[in-house]
Amino acid sequence: MTAEIGNFTLILAFLLAIVQSLAPMIGAKQSNMRLMLLADYTAIGQLIFVGISFFALTVTFIYSDFSVELVVLNSHSLKPLLYKISGVWGNHEGSILLWVLILCLYGAAVPMFGQALPVRLKALSLGVQGMIATGFLGFILFTSNPFARLAIPPADGSGLNPLLQDPGLAFHPPFLYLGYVGFSMAFSFSVAALIDGKIDALWARWLRPWVLSAWAFLTIGISLGSLWAYYELGWGGWWFWDPVENASLLPWLAGTALLHCTLVVERRHALVNWTILLGILTFSLSLIGTFLVRSGVLTSVHAFATDPERGIYILLMLLLASGGALTLYALRSSSLRIGNGFDLLSKEAGLTVNNILLVCATAVVFLGTFYPLLIDLLGDDKITVGPPYFNLYFGVIFGILIIFMGVGPLLKWRVDNWKNLSRPISFLIGGSLLIILGFLLFGKSALGGIGLALAFWLFAGTLFGFGRKIRLGSQSLSDSWRLVKRMPAGTYGFLLAHIGVAITVVGVTTMGVWSQETILMMRANQQATLGGYSIELTDVREKNGANYSAETALFSLSKQGKILGTVSSERRYYPVRGMQTTEAGIYVRPTHNLYLAIGEGDKSKGWAVRIYFHPFVSWIWIGSLFMAFGGFIALADRRLRLPKLETKSIFETTIKIAGSAK
Amino acid sequence: MKIRPITFLPVIILLGIGIAFAFGLRNDPSKIESTLINKPMPDFVLERVLDDQPALTPADLLGQVSLVNVFGSWCAACVQEHPMLMRLANHEGVAIYGIDSRDTAEAGAAWLEKYGNPYRKVGLDAQSRLAIDLGVTGAPETFLIDKQGRIRFKVIGPITEQIWKQQLKPMMDLLEAES
Repeated sequence: MTAEIGNFTLILAFLLAIVQSLAPMIGAKQSNMRLMLLADYTAIGQLIFVGISFFALTVTFIYSDFSVELVVLNSHSLKPLLYKISGVWGNHEGSILLWVLILCLYGAAVPMFGQALPVRLKALSLGVQGMIATGFLGFILFTSNPFARLAIPPADGSGLNPLLQDPGLAFHPPFLYLGYVGFSMAFSFSVAALIDGKIDALWARWLRPWVLSAWAFLTIGISLGSLWAYYELGWGGWWFWDPVENASLLPWLAGTALLHCTLVVERRHALVNWTILLGILTFSLSLIGTFLVRSGVLTSVHAFATDPERGIYILLMLLLASGGALTLYALRSSSLRIGNGFDLLSKEAGLTVNNILLVCATAVVFLGTFYPLLIDLLGDDKITVGPPYFNLYFGVIFGILIIFMGVGPLLKWRVDNWKNLSRPISFLIGGSLLIILGFLLFGKSALGGIGLALAFWLFAGTLFGFGRKIRLGSQSLSDSWRLVKRMPAGTYGFLLAHIGVAITVVGVTTMGVWSQETILMMRANQQATLGGYSIELTDVREKNGANYSAETALFSLSKQGKILGTVSSERRYYPVRGMQTTEAGIYVRPTHNLYLAIGEGDKSKGWAVRIYFHPFVSWIWIGSLFMAFGGFIALADRRLRLPKLETKSIFETTIKIAGSAK
Repeated sequence: MKIRPITFLPVIILLGIGIAFAFGLRNDPSKIESTLINKPMPDFVLERVLDDQPALTPADLLGQVSLVNVFGSWCAACVQEHPMLMRLANHEGVAIYGIDSRDTAEAGAAWLEKYGNPYRKVGLDAQSRLAIDLGVTGAPETFLIDKQGRIRFKVIGPITEQIWKQQLKPMMDLLEAES
């Protein structure tokens, strides 16, 4: 019964979405207030129905209803509750349903928080949002119905891959989707602005918090994925340039550019066309990313072909949504009022350079990811693209980007002059050169020196930018302190996010240049040393888990004779699946991790033990947490609030619209 | 109102991408490129991955029906596929050989140690020379090799239960019957 309720509400939501994609459009054309306002209700109704449907699917998973095919394929009655719930979106059908649920969440937020928006703009955007929802709900209903029943229910589900039972992986998709789908707001409001033919500061002020939150969620989602890869998949790796990872990075890069663009539109009303184009592109990349990951298996471009029917549907949807929006852009963008100009040396110019670099980085990742497909098309050109390609090109572009990031915030809006910049910039250059020189001489690594110098450059430049905002040095300290307290939330968001990037750069650089590893056979009570630590294998025990048997190795760590603690690493064998996994023991310190993993072996000849010393690796994720927090804090900025709307003005808008129709 | 031609550029690029995707869809991944089917395995020299075992050589693939699996320690989908390979090797008695592509011997060995080794022999293809000759575009990919060392079939992406039951197993049984 639960499954039928879920299916039924899904159909209702689909019908509402169709209404929502038509009514407000027709309403806007005929200036029919009622039709335009109808979208408010359909948006909220959709959220309720899809919410019920998602809840119903969750219930079938929790109660292990094995008459539902999806539950059989992806669950097991003995699975812990957390993984029963995460199993809901751990598969193609359920994850698309989660996708749509989040889309409806954002859609319903428009009438809930956007009452002060111009009625036409709101209606047109909801119309676009409705079209996206129609596409995806149709996709679920026609090609990937999660509620399909089995004629003969089996006694139990077909188990699951133990590797995928992990808290990091359980929460990774919801965050990722909150990010991906959040950019639909940018898409629908961009398209609405194109249809409407106008864009103003209110538009940007409304859009900015949504772009900010989508971006911050996506940042968290990507970091969770990378963290999981580090402790579960990687031998010290934390990013593999896998197509699936790239798929999440693409909208992040474009979204970062968009984030900075909306700032320019809001404050200075410049770069209007470009912002709209980015809004469309970012969500299109989200769509491409979703498809890449969610068309069955998550391998490479071939994922498309695993189910041709789904692949074709997805492709058509992508072409309709993005193609339609971009065609509209081509036809209408020149009719938008061209924004204000700016000087070559100004914050606007700095942000333009930031955008160009971010778009280049996006293009590099995009090309690298889809190269195999391109090769397929062009015949048998024999070049493959791997991590070296990405590391080189992405690294260089990001390095240049950081140089601009360090000085960009020092610039003034509209026009600035070199005199203001010469002092901080010479300090930055001096400091960076010292760092590079120091590491060349003592650390014996130019690459490490350059990476750390970039981190310093960015960190110091960001502090300079903040200092300039609180007029540090140009007025008394107490006045500056007063300014510190009065700074808008957006400034603190900037401070945190940019410092976060610097922190991540430190982690990436040191990890890439100075990590160490050793592999050796160890018997009980034998010692090894790495990174200043003495590591002693104290004991190896046999253990029997619920559905696995394991060997647990206990290591005792000490530094200069002082015992620091024990770390255990486990090797598990799952007989049912014939599968072996290693649970690494990680000793986490602020400045480094010690990563221990036990391999094959026995008492007489000892066990193969791998020991890794990972300097500053946690900084990679601490930095990204800073970025995400920066995004959320910036949300609190009062300048992003829409003006309070009084009931009177609804009538005024109504009258205005009714008047303009005549 | 004047429309600038440059504004059409994004939509044209999108169309290009769309066409590329459409071709990608049309490619049936279960079919190997016709140029390689029934051809012998391209000649190869691989480096060793495991210290206690020589590297995979072309001679290893003769005289039996076998699977050659392209993997890498960097490949997440390979981890997903791995339990399947372990089962085939340990319980179904399938001869599986591994090509560790675009990888280092250390990382490959560590990976095998961590998840278990389903391969009778492994070879390191660090520069993906062999992978290129084989037309491999991603990992995992698996080739079905007959007794004469010819490629007969190819699976792109992880081997699933369905692919094994419906395609690989029947084909292997047929090839096994060949002299």
